[in-house]
Amino acid sequence: MLILCACNSGMPGKNGKAKHTITIAGSTSVMPFTEKLAEHFMLDHSEFVIDVQGGGSTAGIQAVVNNTVNIGMSSRELNDKEKTLNTITICHDGIAMIVHPQNSVRSLTLQQIRDIFNGRIKNWRELGGVDRRIDAVTREEGSGTRSAFEELVMKGKAIDDSIMVQDSNGSVKEVVATDPYAVGYISLGLVDQKVRSVTIDEVVPSIKSIKNGRYKIVRPFLYVTNGELDTYAKEFVNFILSRDGQKILIKEGLVSLYD
Amino acid sequence: MIEKSLLKERFVKLVLLLFALSSLLFLFLIFMFIFSEGSPLFLKVGLWKIISGSKWAPTKGFFGIFPMIISSFLVTFGALIIGAPMGLSCAIYLSEYSGKRMKMFLKPALELLAGIPSVVYGFLGVVYIVPLVRNYLGGSGFSLLSTSIILGVMILPTIISISFDALVSVPKTYREGSLAMGATKWQTIYKVILPSAKSGILASFILGMGRAIGETMAVIMIAGNALKIPGSILDPLRTLTGNIALELSYASGDHRLALFSTGVVLMVIIMVLNYVANFGINRKIVK
Amino acid sequence: MRINPRIINKIVEMGLNIQAFFTVGILVVIVAIIFFKGFPYLNPEFIFAFPDDMGRHGGIFPSIVGTIQLALLSIVFATPLGVGTAIFLTEYTRESTFTKLIRFGVESLAGIPSILYGLFGFIFFVIKLKMGWSLLAGVLTMTIMILPTIIRTSEEAIRSVPRQLRIVSYSLSATKWETIKKVVIPAAAPGILTGIMLSVGRAVGETAAVIFTMGSSLRLPLSLMDSGRTMAVHFYILAREGISMEKAYATALVLVLSILSINVLAYYVMHKAMSKYS
Repeated sequence: MLILCACNSGMPGKNGKAKHTITIAGSTSVMPFTEKLAEHFMLDHSEFVIDVQGGGSTAGIQAVVNNTVNIGMSSRELNDKEKTLNTITICHDGIAMIVHPQNSVRSLTLQQIRDIFNGRIKNWRELGGVDRRIDAVTREEGSGTRSAFEELVMKGKAIDDSIMVQDSNGSVKEVVATDPYAVGYISLGLVDQKVRSVTIDEVVPSIKSIKNGRYKIVRPFLYVTNGELDTYAKEFVNFILSRDGQKILIKEGLVSLYD
Repeated sequence: MIEKSLLKERFVKLVLLLFALSSLLFLFLIFMFIFSEGSPLFLKVGLWKIISGSKWAPTKGFFGIFPMIISSFLVTFGALIIGAPMGLSCAIYLSEYSGKRMKMFLKPALELLAGIPSVVYGFLGVVYIVPLVRNYLGGSGFSLLSTSIILGVMILPTIISISFDALVSVPKTYREGSLAMGATKWQTIYKVILPSAKSGILASFILGMGRAIGETMAVIMIAGNALKIPGSILDPLRTLTGNIALELSYASGDHRLALFSTGVVLMVIIMVLNYVANFGINRKIVK
Repeated sequence: MRINPRIINKIVEMGLNIQAFFTVGILVVIVAIIFFKGFPYLNPEFIFAFPDDMGRHGGIFPSIVGTIQLALLSIVFATPLGVGTAIFLTEYTRESTFTKLIRFGVESLAGIPSILYGLFGFIFFVIKLKMGWSLLAGVLTMTIMILPTIIRTSEEAIRSVPRQLRIVSYSLSATKWETIKKVVIPAAAPGILTGIMLSVGRAVGETAAVIFTMGSSLRLPLSLMDSGRTMAVHFYILAREGISMEKAYATALVLVLSILSINVLAYYVMHKAMSKYS
């Protein structure tokens, strides 16, 4: 068994294959969109194999530093320690506050959201809704989405300890979709008819309101690399930055780089 | 020619010895690794501070896992409250009341229950138990109660099979003697068999606890994973296992070390539980 | 006023009867739910197609392959190690502190919860040994996980081989190893096989240790360094993210059926062995 380990550590990856492999890992927010892009790309370029994993923005960035992947995905800006790496913005994404479709509360102010997640407001009654405890859901520590939420919404106020935690956009959405008294935040691109996004300070979260600057809870989706990309990875990234690639992202509900 | 086969025999023995040592090697490896990754933080921040600290915010330097230690125990005791009475009754039924046919039917059923993956239990818990609790009792449904129910069912096979073993190993003469003195079956069970099987049954409870406290997937799906100690059985909670699973892939640096520290605490608790359970069984044999 | 103990006896007996059926009932309900909710979506396309749109449509073929790869390879590694250890403990040594130490090692490994295996495997194999999320990392971790089970069951099986067989073999001037190889192991084979199959069942259902070592890529794993999903991991992700209830139930059904058939097979083998010796 030890011999096998040694052999594989020394192996220079997949050799002798005609396929070009690109490994991408990181933010679970960016992941489904990268998967979509990869699916489309591989249709026309069958000699490519694009392997997409999750793990979170931080893990993705780490993986790039350690050279275990070609590209890292991040849904937050790099911090000072990470600034040595290259970033490519592939699009922008809004963070939407979501509630159950049957929830009568449809608009909130930023302060109210802050108070909910800070533990100050505990009952829907205080927001004009039913007399029922608010089941708030947040993402876990280390999540890029949570960092963005903390930076853009909480603005320094801590998220209360009594609030439930789920470890992906999808699972937050699932909780809110099934619990009539839940509230949470997910990637705007993931909002569908299972949940309803609330207006924040009278602004409806949408691509339009992000583009004209009214909806401010926006974060960039970044591809992070260690130095220059190899030709194959570059081809994929160029596809994403092209009109065709961006069209796919627009269809998915993201804010593209072009108008 | 005899030397050749002697050499071969020696060689075989050596190879098998190495194989046997491999188990020790792996254990050593895992233990060492987890402890060595977990200790630096204990030294840096202080063991007491971590174990008794109430604030877990590892990216900001807070590594308190006290609420999670308490929650792990709460959920374990909850599972025991739900699973032990059911499990023990089932074991008693299996050993004292059921016929050969029932036994043949029930034993495989138990194995099947034990074989269902924990993620399936978690899923069913989310889809059926959580809404039930939310609609009839309140709260979000992701709670101590829901988790205890699911974990209680999950540890049933453990409790039933070990208690069953303890019960059937009570000598027949005990039963016969009691019945001969005119006691009813239940009186016999209650006053004679159960007390003699006591340590084995207790061991089954403790092993069940060990199983519950180590469970991860089902728990993170149902427990809600909030950081506070639950104020009621309808409040969400986070266990030590959940803490590791939720943040493992996202963590780096001190955050990751903190997860190892959580792992160390978990490992110590489970080692203690296992030791107590085995010691309990030993006592029974000595008796 | 003392209630007639005979009445109490009857009541208790009824109560225990109900309890037992209730417990079995839980099992029946679980299997029934999965069966009835999953069966409508179970078709050849589901088994052989690739997942589409993150698993919302299509099938689970890559995860079935991934599961088989993981289970098979883990068995390949764990069986020689485990059976070898069992043989050593029973045939080559006497009970001593050394054997007690090895047993302690085995029991401790058995008690480690799967998330700690996941933690260990992730940091040690995936990151420190730079394997990345891969089939190899998953296999190595899973091998260690199932080792205790194989050792335990093999030891029991070998111990229960009647002494006479060994004595007869020696009297025919066979060496120790020849005896083990040609007499003891074949005789203990059913018991050993049962242990192996139980371990396969464990490997198939395991999630926490697998998701952090083998990863969760949707691709079909074609080499040891590829990442992939097992059915359990795929099911977990489908369920957690609410991607598709139907696909989740269908996957759960395939998962439970696989484990069920493995267990039934294990039982069958064990029964055949029992009947051979009775």
